[in-house]
Amino acid sequence: MEIVNYFKAKTVEEAYKKLQEDPSNLIIGGGAWLRLSSKTVNTAIDLEYVGLNQIKETENSIEIDAYVTLREVEKNEALSNLFSGIVNKGISGIMGVALRNLVTVGGSVVGKYSFSDFITPLLAVNTEVVLYKAGRMSLEDFLKLRTKEKDILLKIIIQKEEVLGYYYKMKKTGLDFAVVNVGVTNTLGHLKIVVGARPSLAAFAVKAMDYVNNQETVTDEVIEETANIAINELKFSTNSKASKEYRIELAKVYIRRGLKEVTK
Amino acid sequence: MKIYIEVNGQKKVYDVAPDEYLLDTLREDNFYSIKRGCDNSSCGVCTVLMDGKAVQSCTLLSVKADGHKITTIEGYQDEAKKLSEHFGHQGADQCGYCNSSLALTVHAMKDEIVKPTNKDIKEYLVGNLCRCTGYEAQHRAIKLCLEDDE
Ligand SMILES: Cc1cc2nc3c(=O)[nH]c(=O)nc-3n(C[C@H](O)[C@H](O)[C@H](O)COP(=O)(O)OP(=O)(O)OC[C@H]3O[C@@H](n4cnc5c(N)ncnc54)[C@H](O)[C@@H]3O)c2cc1C
Ligand code: FES
Ligand code: FES
Repeated sequence: MEIVNYFKAKTVEEAYKKLQEDPSNLIIGGGAWLRLSSKTVNTAIDLEYVGLNQIKETENSIEIDAYVTLREVEKNEALSNLFSGIVNKGISGIMGVALRNLVTVGGSVVGKYSFSDFITPLLAVNTEVVLYKAGRMSLEDFLKLRTKEKDILLKIIIQKEEVLGYYYKMKKTGLDFAVVNVGVTNTLGHLKIVVGARPSLAAFAVKAMDYVNNQETVTDEVIEETANIAINELKFSTNSKASKEYRIELAKVYIRRGLKEVTK
Repeated sequence: MKIYIEVNGQKKVYDVAPDEYLLDTLREDNFYSIKRGCDNSSCGVCTVLMDGKAVQSCTLLSVKADGHKITTIEGYQDEAKKLSEHFGHQGADQCGYCNSSLALTVHAMKDEIVKPTNKDIKEYLVGNLCRCTGYEAQHRAIKLCLEDDE
């Protein structure tokens, strides 16, 4: 990546104004993913001085600012006590501490990385994003949003619900990307299933969720059927990491394990 | 762009390009203990401490270090000497290319975790690759070093 100018904004307004000035201007988080790109950026806009670096716990939610690093989120105690700790667990499987100390929530959410070990657990719990212009929306809607408008992620908001959670990242080596990752949650009897790195972006297995949530009890047979519905409705494909067939087999196993774990 | 960094307690001013990485800025200033391996955030040999936290200097833009404290292994000579003695005795050292980054990461771990367990050590050091040793000997050396501190 080539950067012509570097601008440390003092306010979000200032950052937003600068962002609109040139098509190649962008917000820089930790800069780790951008580093790997071959982009030429006119002005990289840094949010260090904007004050978006807090994790706040309110009565009903955890609010995490966009400039907070993934390591800070991983170490947050309040969050680790919620959802069986799956958000923290997802992060802890990303590379090493020295990278997690650099990469930010903003870069990890806005990047919408299909392999993300942050987005899959966030989607499996109740997460919203807050953007400077587009405002507040569910993470699910944000992931589907296709717009050319450049915006700034200010924070994410995670509802403090009573959730039992399961998250598994299947990877071939310690520092690798996921071959497939699965998040399953049980919010007071309501089950959610999310599968990421298929290799496309994390998504709910909607039909499988409808099926399992309409059963009286979650027996082994119901779990088997739910996993079958999920792998048939979600799109899996082949890339250099793994074949479509292998991903389907893995997803089925981890969906089954997840459902067992959160319903036992 | 002018940036102001404290390196090992010494105030420094560097004139850097907006897309220059800290690894290059510091090596140009003769901090050769910081190594370049993969140069793409994957191996950890370029690790330095920023405000006490381990970060990869090949990935950290120098402008992002402006106003912060950077520590290289030169800033922890005594502690590094102790660890390197254990490394020697345990056969945890071959080419030595990964040592300074490993020692800095161990320092950051000690600051962050009280009495790290075997699991803590393994998880904390997963990003520090060593092409020579196979990690077991390093793990023993680090454990002994931690025991010395108790
Ligand atoms: C070598 C390597 C391995 C990795 N492995 C994994 C892995 O296994 N699992 C995983 O989940 N992740 C992995 N990641 C991704 C990492 O966890 C981060 O998600 C990624 O680096 C982006 O974070 P960043 O702060 O570096 O963003 P940047 O690189 O700074 O930015 C990424 C994008 O987000 C935009 N952006 C940043 N902040 C904002 C904001 N506030 N508002 C609007 N736009 C914004 C930028 O303009 C850019 O388009 C890996 C990254 C690297 C470099
Ligand atoms: S040289 Fe920086 S992580 Fe490999
Ligand atoms: S001793 Fe050679 S890379 Fe670690």
